[in-house]
Amino acid sequence: MNKLLSKIARVGIVTETFKPLTDPELDRLGAELKATIDGRFAGSLAIRQVDAGSCNACELEIAALGNPFYDIERYGVHFVASPRHADVLMVTGPVSRHMQAALRATWEATPEPKWVVAVGTCAADGGEFGVNYASCGAVGNVLAVDAVIPGCPPTPADLVRGLLSLISR
Amino acid sequence: MSAIRTAVDEERFVVAERLRRKLQSLGTPAFCPEESEAGSVGPALLCPIGPDDWALAAEAAAAQGCRWAAGWGDSQGESWVVNALLEKSGDYLLLRTVLPPGRNDLPSQTPHFPGAARPERHARDLLGLDFTGHPDGRRWIRHQAWGEREFPLRPDFPLAGHPLAVTAPDRGYGFASAHGPEVNEIPVGPVHAGIIEPGHFRFLAVGETVLNLEERLGYVHKGIEKLAEGRDPESLARLAGRVSGDTAVGHAWAACQAMERAAGVEPPERALWLRASFAERERIANHLNDIGAICNDTAFAFGYYQFSRLRELWLRDNLRWFGHRLLMDRIVPGGVAVDLPEEAASGMPAAIAALRRELDELKPILDEGTIFQDRVVGAGVLPERIVRELGCLGYVARACGIGRDVRERAPHAPYDRLGVKAVVRGDGDVAARLYVRYGELLASLDILEECLRRIEPGPLRTDWHDPSEHAEGLGLVEGWRGEIATYVRFDGTGHVARFFPRDPSVFNWPALEKLILGNIVPDFPLCNKSVNGSYSGHDL
Ligand code: SF4
Repeated sequence: MNKLLSKIARVGIVTETFKPLTDPELDRLGAELKATIDGRFAGSLAIRQVDAGSCNACELEIAALGNPFYDIERYGVHFVASPRHADVLMVTGPVSRHMQAALRATWEATPEPKWVVAVGTCAADGGEFGVNYASCGAVGNVLAVDAVIPGCPPTPADLVRGLLSLISR
Repeated sequence: MSAIRTAVDEERFVVAERLRRKLQSLGTPAFCPEESEAGSVGPALLCPIGPDDWALAAEAAAAQGCRWAAGWGDSQGESWVVNALLEKSGDYLLLRTVLPPGRNDLPSQTPHFPGAARPERHARDLLGLDFTGHPDGRRWIRHQAWGEREFPLRPDFPLAGHPLAVTAPDRGYGFASAHGPEVNEIPVGPVHAGIIEPGHFRFLAVGETVLNLEERLGYVHKGIEKLAEGRDPESLARLAGRVSGDTAVGHAWAACQAMERAAGVEPPERALWLRASFAERERIANHLNDIGAICNDTAFAFGYYQFSRLRELWLRDNLRWFGHRLLMDRIVPGGVAVDLPEEAASGMPAAIAALRRELDELKPILDEGTIFQDRVVGAGVLPERIVRELGCLGYVARACGIGRDVRERAPHAPYDRLGVKAVVRGDGDVAARLYVRYGELLASLDILEECLRRIEPGPLRTDWHDPSEHAEGLGLVEGWRGEIATYVRFDGTGHVARFFPRDPSVFNWPALEKLILGNIVPDFPLCNKSVNGSYSGHDL
């Protein structure tokens, strides 16, 4: 127990402000994000992530938002287990044809108002896989998309930036 | 088995007997890929046999203690060429049969190698090969995205397919069922509750205890094998790096190795050390991730924060030094795309030492976390017998006492100069899989240091030259999940005619169905995370 406590004390808090990672606008966006979330979503923005055919690297970077450096929850953003609790669907991958119906069903289960964010180059335009017998390509080919965060995969900093700009527009 | 023997005529049995003797005679303790009348593919000795002997060859190989490592079909002209890769003690043998025009059936090898069950179903769904005697007639990779009588990997099937506007969801899959007042059926997925890949699990449980688990995969099948056809080497390497995004280095390396062997291109020395450095960095990042995630699944938030913090620092170094957090597109045909910058050469030793120090400090905290230990010790025990039957790989096998590691058993450059020893434990539970990873973290840090010491100035890339028609190669690399086996064949114009990447998950997914039995349903996420199969790398 002592080892554990001393490790906690020595590591301290590593959570970053995003100044070194991005433009000076970010603080303003962060404040706006918080204000928007407080105003429109009663203090929290719930995201349901759906992998619709990704190679899984996009998932790794989205999951990294939970690590102590990014700690996305401090903005009031959290990932939820059910689409019924979600404000935003964050969709990755070229949509495989085998996931097309499941993605639609997830979207239908999400209450209005809802946003769809396509994350990653595959979700944006089909990426390396495009449209083929097994792949519908971009998420936009299956659902109406409200925002796109490109990158293969987008870095966690790209994701924070993308979310902030979606919410503060 | 005996039924099969009585069904064959004397002549076919003689062929199998010859193969058995051949397997036996090819060196001790196993067969050696030395000179053979039949030639070789990559490091594997090629062993052509008749289609009717396909099952007998498997029977003989199984009796010799071989492991079934991969199987794939390839359409060439009017005929099918079907391959099965076998391994024993680091030696590889490629069984190959050619079906005459018009024939698409051959005996299944699954009765002798249970691990072949899903790969044969995969080939059946995509190529229309008929494996007679296969114990499972259900479709596997084919859900509804293409028709019952359409086979996407046949040459006459267009890449675009003939899709309907909306692909119907999977239906009519005959899951195992059980009835009784106490038995509950629990369907999960394909959309899961976390930030993970999609797939379907069907549990049968009595109370909390799992009676049976059946996996239904194929949801992220995105046509990778078909998409590869006609690509140039550079573009194939890019695709290979996205077979499973967490194994960008492993799959790209295996694909490049296969292409280089086909073309007779030797990557320069400096590139080899960089490739190994990338592969070890990838192994470290993923093991840190999984150890953190296992902690998280036991609600040990401290562990999750520490390991995810260490991983993030590690990935930032990747970005700073090599230009990509996950090292995608750093391995290219003939070499590597980026050099070791001066900053990395001088900064990496300190980063390695810092990580080692933290790992040494965190280990006793995990060991002494009684609630954590209570969850991981004894959970999800995989019997060694199942590992042998299914041909499980990587840390899943090594946690059951089976030291399968390409870097030790069939080391390719530069591992042939490193003397890697597989990290092995014996208990086969979640804890053993966790501690194998822990040991591998430390071992990989040693390897990285060795790479830094040995790397010399020199070119990063050898000029590519197009291989001859039908040139083929096999890549074998120890990815962070285990052995990756990748086959590439070229056409006459320097483009890819066949690409088959076999992720280790193919043999570890079925193990999950076994190791969960008798555990409680709430322990499934933990057991699943300790195996961490790739969906994308499996579904292709
Ligand atoms: S955008 Fe890149 S990282 Fe994301 S799913 Fe596509 S290939 Fe993978």
